[in-house]
Amino acid sequence: MWDHEIRAMASTHAIIASSVFMATVLPAVFVPGFSVYGTHLVWLYSVSGAVTAVSVAVFWLLGITPPTKKHTLGYKLSRLFRSCLYFFLSCLFFHSVVVLYGAPLIESALETFSLAVLLTSLTTLRCLCVLGPSVQAWIRVFSRHGAMSVWDTCLQITVACTVVGAWLGAFPIPLDWDRPWQVWPVSCSLGAMIGFLTGLVGAPAWIHYHRKQLTYKSK
Amino acid sequence: MKGLLLLSLLLWVCLVYFVGIYVFVSGFLLVRLEVNRTSTCEDVLQPGHEDPQVNFCSSKPRFRKVIILIIDALKIDFARFDPDNQSPRPYENKLPVLEKMVSSKPTHSRLYPFRADPPTTTMQRIKGFTTGSLPTFVDVGNNFASSAILEDNLIHQFGQTGKRVVFMGDDTWESLFPKKFHRSLPFPSFNVKDLHTVDNGILQHIYPTMVGGDWDVLVAHFLGVDHCGHRFGPDHPAMADKLTQMDGVIRSVIERLQNDTLLVVMGDHGMTDSGDHGGESQKETDAAIFLYSPFPIFAGPPSQDEPDVVPQTDLVPTLALLLGIPIPYSSVGQVLLPLFPSHQQTEGAVGGLSQLEALWINAKQVNRFLETYSSLAKDIPLESLSQLKAEFSHISSEYLSSLRGGRSPSPQLLSFLQAYLASVRDTCRATWARFNPFKMVAGFTILALACLMCLILSEMSLLLIRESSAGLKTSVKVAACVSVSVAVVQLYTHGYMEVVWCFAAGAVSSEIVFFWKVSPKVVGWLKLRQLLVPPLVVLMLRCASLLSDSYVIAEGRVVTFLALSLALYIPVHLNWKGLLLPPSHDSLKCAGPLPSMVVSPSAVRKESSTLLGCLGLLVGSFYLSLSFHGCREELGSCQPSLFLSPLSRLQDSRLKNLHYVLAVAALCLWTFLLRRWLCHYGNLNASGVTVFTARWILPLLSVCLGLHWAVGATPEDSFRNLTELIRLAQLALPRTAFCLLGLGMLLILCDPLTVFLKTRASASGRSSSLPPPRYRASTGISPQAELHHLIPQIYQRMRRSLDDGDVSGSSEADHRPAVEAYGLGTVYSAPVLLFSGLLGMGLLLLHPEGMALSFLLLLLQMASLLHIHASSTTLYSLHGAHVGGFNVPWTPVVLWSLASTEFFHATGHLPTFPSIQWSAAFVGFPDGHTGTLLPATLVTLNTFASHILFAAGCPLLLFWPLVCEVRGSRGGRACGDEAEDAVMEMRLREHPLHFSAALLQLSTRYLFINGAQVFASVCAAAILRRHLMVWKVFAPKLMFEASGFLVSSFFLLFGVMLVLRVDVAVSRWFKRLIPEASR
Ligand SMILES: [Zn+2]
Ligand SMILES: [Zn+2]
Repeated sequence: MWDHEIRAMASTHAIIASSVFMATVLPAVFVPGFSVYGTHLVWLYSVSGAVTAVSVAVFWLLGITPPTKKHTLGYKLSRLFRSCLYFFLSCLFFHSVVVLYGAPLIESALETFSLAVLLTSLTTLRCLCVLGPSVQAWIRVFSRHGAMSVWDTCLQITVACTVVGAWLGAFPIPLDWDRPWQVWPVSCSLGAMIGFLTGLVGAPAWIHYHRKQLTYKSK
Repeated sequence: MKGLLLLSLLLWVCLVYFVGIYVFVSGFLLVRLEVNRTSTCEDVLQPGHEDPQVNFCSSKPRFRKVIILIIDALKIDFARFDPDNQSPRPYENKLPVLEKMVSSKPTHSRLYPFRADPPTTTMQRIKGFTTGSLPTFVDVGNNFASSAILEDNLIHQFGQTGKRVVFMGDDTWESLFPKKFHRSLPFPSFNVKDLHTVDNGILQHIYPTMVGGDWDVLVAHFLGVDHCGHRFGPDHPAMADKLTQMDGVIRSVIERLQNDTLLVVMGDHGMTDSGDHGGESQKETDAAIFLYSPFPIFAGPPSQDEPDVVPQTDLVPTLALLLGIPIPYSSVGQVLLPLFPSHQQTEGAVGGLSQLEALWINAKQVNRFLETYSSLAKDIPLESLSQLKAEFSHISSEYLSSLRGGRSPSPQLLSFLQAYLASVRDTCRATWARFNPFKMVAGFTILALACLMCLILSEMSLLLIRESSAGLKTSVKVAACVSVSVAVVQLYTHGYMEVVWCFAAGAVSSEIVFFWKVSPKVVGWLKLRQLLVPPLVVLMLRCASLLSDSYVIAEGRVVTFLALSLALYIPVHLNWKGLLLPPSHDSLKCAGPLPSMVVSPSAVRKESSTLLGCLGLLVGSFYLSLSFHGCREELGSCQPSLFLSPLSRLQDSRLKNLHYVLAVAALCLWTFLLRRWLCHYGNLNASGVTVFTARWILPLLSVCLGLHWAVGATPEDSFRNLTELIRLAQLALPRTAFCLLGLGMLLILCDPLTVFLKTRASASGRSSSLPPPRYRASTGISPQAELHHLIPQIYQRMRRSLDDGDVSGSSEADHRPAVEAYGLGTVYSAPVLLFSGLLGMGLLLLHPEGMALSFLLLLLQMASLLHIHASSTTLYSLHGAHVGGFNVPWTPVVLWSLASTEFFHATGHLPTFPSIQWSAAFVGFPDGHTGTLLPATLVTLNTFASHILFAAGCPLLLFWPLVCEVRGSRGGRACGDEAEDAVMEMRLREHPLHFSAALLQLSTRYLFINGAQVFASVCAAAILRRHLMVWKVFAPKLMFEASGFLVSSFFLLFGVMLVLRVDVAVSRWFKRLIPEASR
């Protein structure tokens, strides 16, 4: 029934994943001394930038984004503005959550905030693309009967994978191995990235195998 | 309510746990009493037996100086040289100098294997070869907190006889022998990855020092080989480099050696193939010792009767007698005979002691120690003790008679003496220095089964309570029988009994009987999926974290992280179930399986916002609590919290005032919050003794505390004329507080009811607003039925009058006496809360003043946790998703336990011995104590304050959803029956069986969580017993976890007992009430 949609989703995810790959490889060519650990922030911003740009473009082209009710330019602008605001607020939210979880408050605020930006661009941005700037819809999607389309289910999976990945990424930090990837926030952002990629792969597969059980209420 | 059954079940579970811990610990922790006596030159010989030759202190010693080069982890394999080995491994044949000296100068040098006694960790080994004793994990001395060696030791004796000891190398020595060295150059030893700092530091200084001559004893402790082993393992090129470097060092030292100097090169322990040590395998225990002197000291080349292996304890008496100092008091070593001339040779030799004299002095010293020790401690078996005594008296009579007679003693005497010394050492070793694997396994098994038993009890509580037998009686009987029979069998076969094994047998058999009894019911119940819920996964992570030293070191933060994760899981999970938000209209329309009852969106919204608000409070208090942590020494960059230092130690007076004001404010808030809560629920209206406690004792206690802090903070020099008064206040105020505390608790236990009953005729016209009487208490209805109707009535009236803000009575239209009961709805939780509040104040008294803030956070944390639990329960029931009974789910219980661990850290404690706050023992007793029980109790209370508070307050988890009950929730039982809603805790009275089951479930869950943590630390200690950090991290952690469990379970039982006491009181109260009301 949803073969078409699943195929679209798989190709979208392939594009996003390849953008992550490119954002990791290209700076290595152009920026001297680039490495994922060494110049971690460069990698982090390049990846989040790439994911942001590609997601927005792909979802806009696919037309997943909920249609605006009014077509006036002012409304569209306010929507855009609200989306940017939500993006920023979500960065602050993630930042404070990460700090509460035990990240240093002042010392490496830049690193923490960069992690928050990465997490935002991997999770919130997707919510913005799929659901538009409406917190209520976001909360609704993350309940068992809240998904209303394949894209909502996919959103659930990717976001959960990303967050769990970042959470798991915190576990090696206290160990005394002195590895470069144990430096804050490398393991967390790597964990989030790996979780995100897993989600990208896993979501279409999961939906494909469970397509019989999935029923959606119409909007 | 099956109080007795419940209590005995819990007690039994706790006892099984205790036995498990005891059995394991008795096999793992090696305990020895320290003897605080020192040898002197005079006491070596018995008075009245002057013999100038044997009084070695005054005689000319064999050597004037000694150089001790300790190469950490110098295994005997490293020191041997095999010329035929064509392709040596990186650690082989790298120390050719030793072999060269031994073969070219056989009368000057020897190389022996040097066997260490486990635990083979550096610190214990240094203790070993300086005291000559067998160090254990717990050397019970008079100063637990410092690591300094207080027993008599070589370094001390060197100092006594005026020898200048120069030390360089591993800084462990500096902490073991503070201020004992003439000169000391310590280098940091902590970083295992650093191979060169210590060694290079020594190399810079050792040659100038040797040449300089400002020394008599030179100790240099190299760490490079050991660190190289830990980092790369022995089979690595880096080890070859390191050993080659050591070879060079030994060569250069030998070149610079003078004639009167002895050189000792030794390792403190060996290493396994992976480069670690700590255990008891031969690879770990066999180090090397190399002795060299520039003039010949040995009679000839190595002969047959020389020892194959030198035990490490033998170094102490040998060095002592060679250098002419008394043998340290507690040494159990034996002199190394080849270093002493035999009796015939001494006639014209250079002085010093003959073999026989040395052995005789040695044996007398060992005998003296044995006598002292056995009079102090009773852990050496009696029959071996008496055997040793007989042996010694036989030897000594023979020796003395031969000496008096002037004839040369028989050669047999030498071997007798040697045999005596060896058997003393073996006896001591059997007592002190060996893990007992059987006991460890037994303890491990008992604990594992106990955890499983707890889990089953918690999951099947209702069933077990209903059947009421629960196999308990049989279990206990069987356990008693089995332990007695084991005792008898032991007595019969060995002639003595070991209590540990009796206990172990009892515990195991009772567990087996329990499982056998429940197994028919359990089958098909233990599903893995049920156990893989997130709260239990968090618990598993917590237990797993106890297996890693890094995680134990960072425990405070790890626990916060896990607790936060679990706390955030609650709203996410609720939202996933669609319970967090009121169902939207469009979903209402098309939903099939919606709850039949209509959910009021405003109620849901209110509960959700309460939940989220409390979550914020919880997260905030967790975060703030991080700033009260102390610091482990392993965390170098850590700064301990400023609030941990007592006010009297603060220099800045402004800061001092600020701290004082903050502490007093926190204290006031603590009191205020407790009273406010009691007042809100109408518990303060009564005139009972518990209310008296809440009204008067609580505030008085806080005043006492505030004054005590003020007195403690006054600088000593400022009020000179008031010194007497201040001293008096320092004594009187805390003691008053203790008395008040005791009185308050006693009063609560005496009469825990806080219900105010009014029976009054009508006087108002508001009766129209009341529902018509629901019952007529005539003779026709049974008392049970009466009760059933009476409670809601009473409760509802009370609510109404409270809602109106009007305390005056109201009554029925027919002028029947109306009944009002204030505080009936919180009749269980009020005493528990008050009790915990009082207890908290008492515990705060034992802490530094700044901890008041932390205690306030603890209270807020408890409150927010309880509210979160209550709100989520209400949300479930609002959506009709509630399952019957009063079950407390895993999540809040796990959070409760995590919070108790977190506040253990946030009250400035750490699971290490140096961090114990000994000052708590002197609160109210500034001049010290005479006994040990009282200070030990005070320190325990101080250390486990957070465990105590959370355990005692644990039953609140059961009550809180009922306390915060919302009108219209928990529907179903009395549909639409308005008079029967919001009966709060009286609901528990209506379902006594469910009540007991839920209480049992809650307590066993809490016990399971704590027990699982103990089990995990037991695993860590058992598995990692040869880990580098075992004596520094895991063993102390095990001790703290086990004692924490002991204290927690005790106070949990106490809390449950309090609840049962209230239940009894409530029953009595109802019995009194019914005739009154029906009259
Ligand atoms: Zn060592
Ligand atoms: Zn070592």
